[in-house]
Amino acid sequence: MTHAADRQMRSENRLVIAHIYTGTTAFVLGALFGLLQVFSRADAIQTPPWFDYYRILTTHGVLMALVFTTFFITGLSTFVTYRSIPREKRGVALGWLGWWVMLIGTLMAAFEILAGNATVLYTFYAPLKASPWFYIGAALLIVGTWIVAVDIFRNVLWWRREHRGERIPLPAFCSATTFLMWWIATLGVATEVLGFLVPWAFGWTPGINVMISRLLFWYFGHPLVYFWIMGAYIAWYNIVPTYYKGKLFSDSLTRLTFIMLLLLSTPVGIHHEFLEPGIADRWKMLHTVLTYGVAIPSFLTAFAIFASFELAAIKQGKKGFWATALSLPWDNPAFAATGYAMLLFILGGFGGLVNASYNMDLLVHNTIWIVGHFHVTVGGPAALTFLGTAYWMIPKLTGRQLWSKSWALWQARLWFVGMLVMSMAMHLVGLMGEPRRTASVDYLGSNIAHTWLPYNLVAAAGGTILFISAMMFAVVAIGTLVVNRKTESMEAEFSEPSQVSGPTPSYLDRIFRWGVVALVLAVLAYAGPIAELIHNPGFLAPGMRTW
Amino acid sequence: MHIHRYERIWITIGVAMLLVFLGAIGFASVADNINPPSGMQAIDPTKVAETPPFDKPGLRQIGDHRYEAYYVAQVFQFTPNDLKVPVGSTVSFYVTSPDVVHGFFVPDTDINMMVVPGWVNTTTHTFTKRGTYLLICHEYCGIGHQNMFGKIEVY
Repeated sequence: MTHAADRQMRSENRLVIAHIYTGTTAFVLGALFGLLQVFSRADAIQTPPWFDYYRILTTHGVLMALVFTTFFITGLSTFVTYRSIPREKRGVALGWLGWWVMLIGTLMAAFEILAGNATVLYTFYAPLKASPWFYIGAALLIVGTWIVAVDIFRNVLWWRREHRGERIPLPAFCSATTFLMWWIATLGVATEVLGFLVPWAFGWTPGINVMISRLLFWYFGHPLVYFWIMGAYIAWYNIVPTYYKGKLFSDSLTRLTFIMLLLLSTPVGIHHEFLEPGIADRWKMLHTVLTYGVAIPSFLTAFAIFASFELAAIKQGKKGFWATALSLPWDNPAFAATGYAMLLFILGGFGGLVNASYNMDLLVHNTIWIVGHFHVTVGGPAALTFLGTAYWMIPKLTGRQLWSKSWALWQARLWFVGMLVMSMAMHLVGLMGEPRRTASVDYLGSNIAHTWLPYNLVAAAGGTILFISAMMFAVVAIGTLVVNRKTESMEAEFSEPSQVSGPTPSYLDRIFRWGVVALVLAVLAYAGPIAELIHNPGFLAPGMRTW
Repeated sequence: MHIHRYERIWITIGVAMLLVFLGAIGFASVADNINPPSGMQAIDPTKVAETPPFDKPGLRQIGDHRYEAYYVAQVFQFTPNDLKVPVGSTVSFYVTSPDVVHGFFVPDTDINMMVVPGWVNTTTHTFTKRGTYLLICHEYCGIGHQNMFGKIEVY
């Protein structure tokens, strides 16, 4: 590598390191707050009045679901876009601007939460009235991601100009599609925050239309989930096959999967609002059907992954289920973490079909089953993939060998076990009726509450294992920086399509046109319920601070 | 675009499974009338205390084993807090909130709904078993959220 190219790579790496380590910081702090929660629920500790359970819960939710995941996906997407579209000279100022805006937004929101001015949980449902600076901080975090998205888009557009008639490199394609989906989805929450919550929190408007604000929130809230999943899929398709010297099953089906996710992630949000007034049953049923549709790209993904495993095993002369499974590099922490993530997603996917089911939601809505579910989706498949991918990425960013491989391996194993234990307990006790988001589930010693306690103890045990695992990740991430052992190469290699993969049709590459289709679909799915809420708007709620 | 034969089979099975699930949901909705609560009546949240019937929350008998229960959910209590109905009763619940969003959830039954200020939400349930049921607010509503619960006694 020439001196100039080396300097260019290092300047790009610094930007990605900033994103990944900001995400890591949020993750480690978030785990600490998670530990306090499981102990509090199991009645093992009393949270102090000056930092109550709900402030802990808000901090945990915001750090894990919004900050850790977002910084990781911006970092990973920037990394794979830059490395798959190498350029002699590339400005990183826009990327840094995005990071700074995200960071400032995060710090503003975090300050208000820690000061107790925004104990509104990470869904910040109106009319719980937080400090306006919390909402502005949240908006800035999102605006920062838009800037990162523009940086990714302009690199893709540059590549297209320079390479007419060729397909966009797959890692950059996946990143751009993910951020296009994110752009469309975040329009909802940006409208909610800037159009409704901020003016109301400053006292410029007398009240808020609660149902419209909730509809806008969930227009964003479910695609947020798919943002996490697509972030994980970027790694599953483009990076993971390189761990076992395998191939990508099919280039065109990968692109089709990402386009289906772009189209179907947004018009499904009402499945979070099945039990709410003001939205007619027909819209709830429509969003059930559409949510089932978004399961299809995940079926495609499951096939592609197992097919890629099998092709690699056959090349090594191995056949059959166990021979294939055992041929995989389970001693490589990057693979192990991602492999466990995939196993957890099987549970998460089927649980998700239950939650998306119109009337079955009556059994599980707002019970701790839901918490169990999103811990085997965002907390398992997404988080564990991000941690595993960090093990792959950090040496390529810092030029240092991972410290230490065995700690990283045990970190992944513990996270898998801890998550299984905790989320299984949560799923089961949720079916027995234990509610989520509650400081204490004693209910004055009621009989039914008594039957929940053993499950909460199991969940606390699982949570403890998860906390240990998170601390081990911190040790590895920091240890790698402190113990400076040089790697041989900082090159990133991405998976190549297998022989089974045919040529990729050009229509799959027209991501911005597909983006327009996605926007139209989102408008169609929401026009009906929004029009009805405007026609029968209910009343404004003045809102209050109830904590 | 080339699609492998095994993949076609896999996707066919997957989509067929989704259609079976959707069929089950649709069947339960139409044949068993299991539908989510979707109350369509609006109410001014600042005037709940003076809007009938929520000015006098409680139980009304409207027929043989038929009741209507009007609830106000507000930080951090349900009114009425303790409902008593004879076994075999069919009760229609109407709930609203004058302040923030609350939940209205009775474990071991299919009574589960969100209570949103500005709206009256409603569901109907037939109590076929005697016992004391716990009524829980299952949406975070503030610092005393965990103390927001009541009971329904079926005698």
